Amino acid sequence: MRLLSTKATCNSHGQDSEYFLGWQEYEKNPYDEVLNPKGIIQMGLAENQLSFDLLESWLAKNPDVAGFKSDGKSIFRELALFQDYHGLPSFKKALVDFMAEIRGNKATFDPNHIVLTAGATSANETLMFCLAEQGEAFLLPTPYYPGFDRDLKWRTGVEIVSIQCTSSNNFQITEPALQQAYQDAKKRNLRVKGVLVTNPSNPLGTTMSRSELNLLIDFIKDKDMHLISDEIYSGTVYNSPGFVSVMEILNERSDLNDCGTGASVWDRVHVVYSLSKDLGLPGFRVGAIYSENDVVVSAATKMSSFGLVSSQTQYLLSAMLGDKKFTKNYISENQKRLKRRQRNLASGLHKAGISCLKTSNAGLFCWVDMRHLLHSNTFEAEMELWKKILYEVRLNISPGSSCHCTEPGWFRMCFANMSEDTLNLAMKRLNTFVQESNHHGCTKKRVQSSASSRRKSLSNWVFRLSSRDHRDQEER
Amino acid sequence: MASGNKENQVLSKIVINGKHGENSPYFDGWKAYDSNPFHPTKNPQGVIQMGLAENQLCFDLIQEWIMNNPKASICTAEGVSQFKYIANFQDYHGLPEFRNAVANFMSKVRGGRVTFDPDRILMSGGATGANELIMFCLADPGDAFLVPSPYYPAFVRDLCWRTRAQIIPVECHSSNNFKVTREALEEAYNKAKEGNINVKGLIITNPSNPLGTTMDRETLKSIVRFINEKNIHLVCDEIYAATVFRAPCFVSVSEVMQDMENCKKDLIHIIYSLSKDLGLPGFRVGIVYSFNDEVVNMGRKMSSFGLVSSQTQHFVAALLSDDKFVNKFLAESARRLGARHNHFTKGLEKVNITCLPSNAGLFFWMNLRGLLKEKTFEGEMKLWRLIINEVKLNVSPGSAFNCSEPGWYRVCFANMDDETVDVALKRIRAFVGKETGKPPLELKRWKSNLRLSFSSRRFDENVMSPHMMSPHSPMPHSPLVRAT
Repeated sequence: MRLLSTKATCNSHGQDSEYFLGWQEYEKNPYDEVLNPKGIIQMGLAENQLSFDLLESWLAKNPDVAGFKSDGKSIFRELALFQDYHGLPSFKKALVDFMAEIRGNKATFDPNHIVLTAGATSANETLMFCLAEQGEAFLLPTPYYPGFDRDLKWRTGVEIVSIQCTSSNNFQITEPALQQAYQDAKKRNLRVKGVLVTNPSNPLGTTMSRSELNLLIDFIKDKDMHLISDEIYSGTVYNSPGFVSVMEILNERSDLNDCGTGASVWDRVHVVYSLSKDLGLPGFRVGAIYSENDVVVSAATKMSSFGLVSSQTQYLLSAMLGDKKFTKNYISENQKRLKRRQRNLASGLHKAGISCLKTSNAGLFCWVDMRHLLHSNTFEAEMELWKKILYEVRLNISPGSSCHCTEPGWFRMCFANMSEDTLNLAMKRLNTFVQESNHHGCTKKRVQSSASSRRKSLSNWVFRLSSRDHRDQEER
Repeated sequence: MASGNKENQVLSKIVINGKHGENSPYFDGWKAYDSNPFHPTKNPQGVIQMGLAENQLCFDLIQEWIMNNPKASICTAEGVSQFKYIANFQDYHGLPEFRNAVANFMSKVRGGRVTFDPDRILMSGGATGANELIMFCLADPGDAFLVPSPYYPAFVRDLCWRTRAQIIPVECHSSNNFKVTREALEEAYNKAKEGNINVKGLIITNPSNPLGTTMDRETLKSIVRFINEKNIHLVCDEIYAATVFRAPCFVSVSEVMQDMENCKKDLIHIIYSLSKDLGLPGFRVGIVYSFNDEVVNMGRKMSSFGLVSSQTQHFVAALLSDDKFVNKFLAESARRLGARHNHFTKGLEKVNITCLPSNAGLFFWMNLRGLLKEKTFEGEMKLWRLIINEVKLNVSPGSAFNCSEPGWYRVCFANMDDETVDVALKRIRAFVGKETGKPPLELKRWKSNLRLSFSSRRFDENVMSPHMMSPHSPMPHSPLVRAT
């Protein structure tokens, strides 16, 4: 009899994944301005480290919160005991207000419809448990966050089927791609329960367009399925077009107001949020599910027992987010800094003859086009380039194949988890590398390998990466 | 689309099946409390909550520590230099200082007789998350775990709901004080095998909820032998370890393992939490400690779904690294629990109500078999409703814990202040007097001492204002949120 569960043993391979190498190499040789200036610069970590000073100065002005006090009176005992899975009312109110503020109040949220979870990791898994099971699938546009393979599939048994997006239209979701994905699922005998999108997108760093959002709603309306919109990067939009939430689109559409199938679409759209990216607080494990579907809210609330948010943390954040002056300033200042930082990255890349996705306007990273640096249009070549960048340029960036991208040559580079000087150094190194490569006459011509070998390499690569060790969560 | 299909479209089976367990009649007690909660001045006739296994006796000690240790918070001027690092820290290995402090604390709670390896410590969303996590690691859908009854009601949710494992009760009886016998284990195991059920393990709670007793060394050894022979896992939920207030001392499975030869370590796992011992359920600090390397490795990845807030890890690390505080706390907490337990049980003895002799936990197992009109579970429920509606005490009926014999009730004693204890006692005595036809005992002594000015913060107006936490909240508080 097998000693451990299938779940505990199925993922044991994947630790030899080459991608894992990047993290190992970084850990062995991490860049430090003073102590290790030749070390590897970490650009694979989607963290927002740009605005901690704003949080710290708020803390300095609000000493009560620090001492577990409210209006000067100690509430330590109450917080210590508070384990109600409905969540701290004041925190939920502050959180939905914050979410509305980020959306320019074009969408508002009812605190009774929000479920608090231990990070977006838990929110996404919980929604899967609520909406699907073994033999069923969710459609996801590629490229997507590698951690979804774990979060959506591992313990739930649910499958992911890709909606293939390409650079030909800046990786936007198209109707044919949606239909194709649906058919692909059918071929695999999987019942499709819904679509999950990340908006703004990780790894693309772009907001979803209105037409894409409408397309998605048409699709789920027609197919009677769910739509999950992971909006954890909603506060990181720094450029036009601004952020449009799926909730905004729902509000706008008149065909959803009638009784019948239209109205039930409201019951099948769910939003995931978190404070890990917008506020840069991944350690606090603050995630949320928002749904107008009472049954889903009720079930998810019960499930949140397995990962409630610490009351200590709920309290701190209820005070912080309840300070509207603070949130207003934070949102705008944070966006300004992200914009400036992204521009630094983009211009640094430009000097090296490398471009970002031209629709980049959000996120903590850019989707970078290095196809012209590949010696062949294959994932092997992408891997080779990635390793060169890791060992020679000493930058740890994320190869597109780890995000299930169908075209080789794209990389995700993070820009908000380091100082400006470090970013500049990274750009300098990259520039040097590219110049030297040009000088040595590396061929820029892409060798067209056969379609089948491309597919083969893709599936092997994806297989190796689909069950990977340890740093997944930190890649977001 | 037909509405039937619509339901199928919306939810997964595990949601529809309702194994979250909140539909039981057990919920009635909570409803009664929520709609009419006791308050010493505002609602002295209200229902007293005695179904909540919370440890509220030592907050003053922790509060004092907090005031003297501002660095433990990342929000204070003294601690804010750590804010950025901590807020950014989401590594599922957990803060090393957190794991070291927890390992150290767990060892102290066991009198230093065992040491724990910080690298085997996994975080989870409270013991609730820990129990589910270990099941995901050890059991596949359909696999079963044996559980001695009576057991904590929410095990059904924690162990079975999303994991789709099942639990098989191992019946224990009052005839031997509900000890777990080898015979009972064999019987349950064999019956499962006959039914083609794949038994993957056994889960015990030691100290026991709801019994409030610690397991003796011999029983523990016999259990370890049993699981070794059957090659099944042993999960020991030791979340009440530091609530032992009287001899015999707590004996952990980790100690027994040390003494036994040929013990398969790979089969043994401990569940821990700070919710009971420290009284911090809101902070969601759950721990899985496994002697099995693979479980540690996989469990660690799974812990991503319920990591402890880094803010809380930082706080707990500081608190539990303070040896002086820990020593003082453990001793004083045990003393207060013992005093409270004693006061209550002695008070009940005066009206001939006995309890299972116990030495741990935040509750005692009360024997009201003598008051049952019929010695059946219907009789038990009838009496229970009487206790809720007339005596106005929310105690927990034994059937909620899957007890094999009617007439037992779990009564929590550490979630209220001294004055409320006396009100509760008074009510029980009056009720028993009525039920048995005997006049209530003369209670002059306590009457003259009964003060109406309660100092407890719990009832402070400001603190209980709606924006924080209202007992009159329109949202019913689920029993399984707090019926622990």
